[in-house]
Amino acid sequence: MAQMNMIEAIRSALDVVMDKDPSVVALGQDIGYFGGVFRCTDGLQRKYGEHRVIDAPIAEGGIIGTAIGMGVNGLRPVAEIQFADYIYPGFDQIVSELARLRHRSCGEFFSPVTIRTPCGGGIRGGQTHSQSPEAIFAHISGIKTIMPSNPYDAKGLLISAIESDDPVVFFEPKRIYNGPFDGDPERPAVSWASHPKGEVPEGHYTVPIGEAEVVQSGEELTIITYGTLVHVAVAAAEATGVDAEIVDVRSIFPLDVATLAASVNKTGRCLIAHEATRFGGYGAELAARIQKDCFWNLEAPISRIAGWDTPYPHAFEWQYFPGKKRMIAGIKSIMEVE
Amino acid sequence: MNKKSRLHIPRPSARPGEKPDFSYLNLSPAGSVDKPPFDSRTRDIENLSVELVRVLDDNHEAVGPWKPDLDPGKLQIALRWMMLTRVFDARMWQIHRQGRITFYMESKGEEAVSVAQAMALRPGDMCFPSYRNQGIFLYRGVKLVDMMCQCLSNTRDMCKGRQLPIMYHSKKANMFSISGNLATQYPHAVGWAMASAIKGEDHIAASWVGDGSTAEADFHHALTFAAVYQAPVILNVVNNQWAISTFQGTAGGQRRPFAARGLGVGIPGIRVDGNDLLAIYSVTLWAAERARRGGGPTLIELVTYRGGAHSTSDDPSKYRPKDEWSAFPLGDPIERLKQHLIAGGHWSDEQHEKMEEELKAEVLTAWKEAQKFGTMTEGPFLDPSTMFDDVFAETPAHLESQRRRMIEVESS
Repeated sequence: MAQMNMIEAIRSALDVVMDKDPSVVALGQDIGYFGGVFRCTDGLQRKYGEHRVIDAPIAEGGIIGTAIGMGVNGLRPVAEIQFADYIYPGFDQIVSELARLRHRSCGEFFSPVTIRTPCGGGIRGGQTHSQSPEAIFAHISGIKTIMPSNPYDAKGLLISAIESDDPVVFFEPKRIYNGPFDGDPERPAVSWASHPKGEVPEGHYTVPIGEAEVVQSGEELTIITYGTLVHVAVAAAEATGVDAEIVDVRSIFPLDVATLAASVNKTGRCLIAHEATRFGGYGAELAARIQKDCFWNLEAPISRIAGWDTPYPHAFEWQYFPGKKRMIAGIKSIMEVE
Repeated sequence: MNKKSRLHIPRPSARPGEKPDFSYLNLSPAGSVDKPPFDSRTRDIENLSVELVRVLDDNHEAVGPWKPDLDPGKLQIALRWMMLTRVFDARMWQIHRQGRITFYMESKGEEAVSVAQAMALRPGDMCFPSYRNQGIFLYRGVKLVDMMCQCLSNTRDMCKGRQLPIMYHSKKANMFSISGNLATQYPHAVGWAMASAIKGEDHIAASWVGDGSTAEADFHHALTFAAVYQAPVILNVVNNQWAISTFQGTAGGQRRPFAARGLGVGIPGIRVDGNDLLAIYSVTLWAAERARRGGGPTLIELVTYRGGAHSTSDDPSKYRPKDEWSAFPLGDPIERLKQHLIAGGHWSDEQHEKMEEELKAEVLTAWKEAQKFGTMTEGPFLDPSTMFDDVFAETPAHLESQRRRMIEVESS
């Protein structure tokens, strides 16, 4: 085992699959010589060459469109979109082509593309470097959507994604690239070194797609969340003293309803938290599934903590981000229901 | 598979530790390119897209048919705007290094692009700028203090804290809102110009992208619509050789110049020395006149060099030679105009130094003023609840409810 932050874990995943499978190629803006703006591909071009780690023109639709073609012709492309906020020019290629190719050709054609993209706020990125658009992708039939919350899962899930014959959009919460974040910007940053999930095997392993994880067990409340907010939930629950069970969704789609429902059926209370905007958000899908499977055991209405329904503001990042304060208020409020 | 690959991988002429090499740049001698009539057919002026329009020669003389009608007084003013842009950038860069703003992008080495083109346009013409056009904002009268307040996200910030530093806008100055996404504003400029034509007005539009952003689909959408409707628009490609770490060849500059991108749809292209204020002014005036007379769009490629980093978030010494800028054959735009004025007896080193000191003082005064409206750590602070304004023309109920919730949580 090695100590890795999330960037190193992602790089290690790419290294492991590229070493094992010569059909894996990576492409994206600044990922080659420079090693990526977040350094996730640092050293890979030196190791695997310019023909497998390709610096792409600034054209997200072009990156995803050509990745689809490469995939159809026997390669296993990993495309990087520099920020999730910049994925939209490639959206048509994802929705109309990547997601449907297998279905419309009745299985004759498919393209096993993985799209990696940093998402989320907390780095003073303003409206063009902070968005969490996972719900938009979860809504599309034919693609899998992943968001890990720690280095161990990031590596294991990314290897699963690349090795999957289905297309995967893999969101990387950039605020926790270097360390878990408890949602309090006033506290000094911590590294992954002291976190058990910062222990990452150096070789090949997988974390299966489609499995949620109970991060901590509890009896009074279930907090269902993913990405950066997993760490916010842990800190907020501790601050309130509520015996909360925290479930990390990890796989946005396919969704592990069984693990989620088992937890809520046990605790009777459910708080859903995500960084993305609330209206029409992924939390609504979670709430619908939970109420269906847990209705008779619910002791309070299912509640959501989310980003406000505005663009992500630069100056008011911490008033926008659903951090520790909002999470604590949400926990208290759901526990007050008699 | 790697050994067998027949794929062409474009490579820059030099990486860190290597000798800068600009032999790939096709340079025409100053004064050597013909200036055609405004109503020339695209097919008859294709040479303009591969040659390089230059006015200032190696002896600092203004020569040839593109020499504009600009007297020394106007050139001194132009020099001042370029110098102000550089001094402003340098100050803001330093302010970022002190941790007092979160982000910055400078236009070092590209000042002539913004200043010369702003001079050639009329105030009623609409600009759709990229993030390296601060010189146009300044030229069009947006105050230093207002630009600084935007970078500070303070109580006088035109963006009310919503946008990253440098994403300015000014309706009054006819400067469109900078988005941060790439090339998205190009079709907007074309649409604005189409509306101007529909309304029967003679205002034109202009927009700017970098060499890297020409790869975006929006760039091509803009060219198609501009050509189809002969929109009165000037589409500029600022080829500063680098898009973060990738050189212009990664955007497709190895085969044909970016100025030639429009020829396939019938848009004339002009390749101009982007560090020669006189040449840029002249070429832009030509394109503006052509557009105003109903001649349709022009694509201008401005050949320059990104003297600084892409932004405060990258270190260019990691991907290009440290001394590359000093080897750039088209030099420094400020130095070239300065030497031209000196050669003509209209400027001196002493005047130049004095002006630089005055501009530094002006920028420092503005910075002191800007801080009075708040900094990241010292009040007055903007009211965070204003983030719910302007999402819609009228704020819907669910946002009012979220606003109340936010105030409640923040005050708890």
